[in-house]
Amino acid sequence: MNVANNNLINALSAGEIAEIEAEITHLPDRKSAAIDALKIVQHHRGWISDESLSSIAQLLGVANAELDAIATFYNLIYRQPVGEQVILFCDSVSCWIMDGDKMCDAVKSRLNIDYGETTADNKYTLLPVTCLGACDHAPVLMVGDTLHSDLTTDKVDEIFK
Amino acid sequence: MTETPLTRNINPEKGPTDLTAYEANGGYQAVRDTIGQADPKSVLETISDANLRGRGGAGFPTGMKWSFVPAPSDTGHRYLVANADEMEPGTFKDRLLMEFDPHQLVEGMILSAYTISADIGYIFIRHEYHTAIQRLREAIQQAEDRNYLGNNIQGSQFSFKLHVHVSAGRYICGEETALLNSLEGKRAIPRAKPPFPQVSGLWGRPTIVNNVETLCNIPHIIANGADWFKSLGIGKDAGTKLYGVSGRVNNPGCWELPIGTTGREIVEQHAAGMKKGYSLRGFLPGGASTDFLIDEHLDLPMDYESIQQAGSRMGTGTMIILDDKTCPVGMVANLEKFFARESCGFCTPCREGLPWVKEILDTIEAGDGQPGDIETLERQAKFIGGLGNTHCAHAPGAIEPLTSGLKYFRDDFEAHIKDQKCRYSQEAVR
Repeated sequence: MNVANNNLINALSAGEIAEIEAEITHLPDRKSAAIDALKIVQHHRGWISDESLSSIAQLLGVANAELDAIATFYNLIYRQPVGEQVILFCDSVSCWIMDGDKMCDAVKSRLNIDYGETTADNKYTLLPVTCLGACDHAPVLMVGDTLHSDLTTDKVDEIFK
Repeated sequence: MTETPLTRNINPEKGPTDLTAYEANGGYQAVRDTIGQADPKSVLETISDANLRGRGGAGFPTGMKWSFVPAPSDTGHRYLVANADEMEPGTFKDRLLMEFDPHQLVEGMILSAYTISADIGYIFIRHEYHTAIQRLREAIQQAEDRNYLGNNIQGSQFSFKLHVHVSAGRYICGEETALLNSLEGKRAIPRAKPPFPQVSGLWGRPTIVNNVETLCNIPHIIANGADWFKSLGIGKDAGTKLYGVSGRVNNPGCWELPIGTTGREIVEQHAAGMKKGYSLRGFLPGGASTDFLIDEHLDLPMDYESIQQAGSRMGTGTMIILDDKTCPVGMVANLEKFFARESCGFCTPCREGLPWVKEILDTIEAGDGQPGDIETLERQAKFIGGLGNTHCAHAPGAIEPLTSGLKYFRDDFEAHIKDQKCRYSQEAVR
């Protein structure tokens, strides 16, 4: 990182920095807070831009490339903008057996997006997710923090009306 | 009436068990009686005698695992980690324990930490379990207020601080050394062993990682003794087990039953049998990374040894049922898509082999399979799943439903290639 970037940390809000520093207090070193820091900034901004990434890297004292390698490894760190709410659709085996594919097609056609895409009104981004641990109520999806289970096409219409 | 220690406080209709209700039912009594009172060595002996085996899938004896932690020889930290990542497809047991009786896990961790002299604990939990995360954080706060957690617990010399770490999401975090790397803020790449985490784990310090259900058993074993725990199981294994069933059954769900209950009782009695118009074709006994078994295996006790002798693994004990109107090739393709996507990419056979397997399966399922494809899959299975070809269990686990699927449902694979179509997609009138 070059000297001209020294003020990058200023790109983070005081609140974000305070939350990250609070995580660091129960860790043996700053760099161990990498994932927590990414999650905190994403919580406030919806995703991790290149600028955010550089700022966090500088705050923690790690190289941009190292932090990006971490950020891109995890399914729930978004390196591209996402809609106001992310839809996590379970595409694992129990939901698949219970016609999850058909429910997913219903979501896609209802919102007119495919996996990885965001609706034109920026409300939703659709992503596949590994088993949500609600297999007795398959098929399931999450919208933001809310789990919707025992999906039917009518239910899908209701959720996204 | 069978005893159900793990779920005795759990009634999803009534909501979570709060501290008052938990204490009223004997909760934290084991902490009050043990911390600063009992010798950690004698507690370890009790756990070993109880023959508790890891409930996360591998079934490793918990007492033995703990015994590998060296005695404290310096003032550095020692860690206890609850593996609450629960991402094994088809598994939905730890969610129940954490959402509806969070104090049970907290108490189990306090007692476990005392036994291995850990001073810091983490609950490594997946991001999607919002409700569990919130309830665990409340429970930890309440336990701190009562001095069950924190400094000099119950006036003793023992201090233990417990934190919740919310994962950023990746199946491989469930592998214990990958989990440790993730807790350290790194990519979740499994570590080479040795050294084992008991000796050199989190930040190079002695560390124990246990599954949620395993830890929830600890307060009950300490309160009631090893003999009581052993008496709960039906066969060779001790205790109860949370078994689950998903798929086209009448009553999918999760139940605490004596370990060693037969698959048939679980499926026919508790899950109320197959839905009308469907019959059981096969099942994965305990999650995506266990080998398929078929109807004749339903009469086996669902315990570690019996299921292993039948060529599979009990895994997490949550059964996934393949019915006669669901395509076995499609099911294996779905499983391999998942394993290919979740490979961490470190070892070549796993990173390169699994996507290849997935491609071939998709091609067969789409009706474009070629003669020789089955042989290619078998060859791949050998290379990818071979012992020692990769340094964690992801690839061998991925191959289990593939090789067993080829064994039990070979006719289906052959028919797909011969007919150049999937007959189930036309039958699929549900």
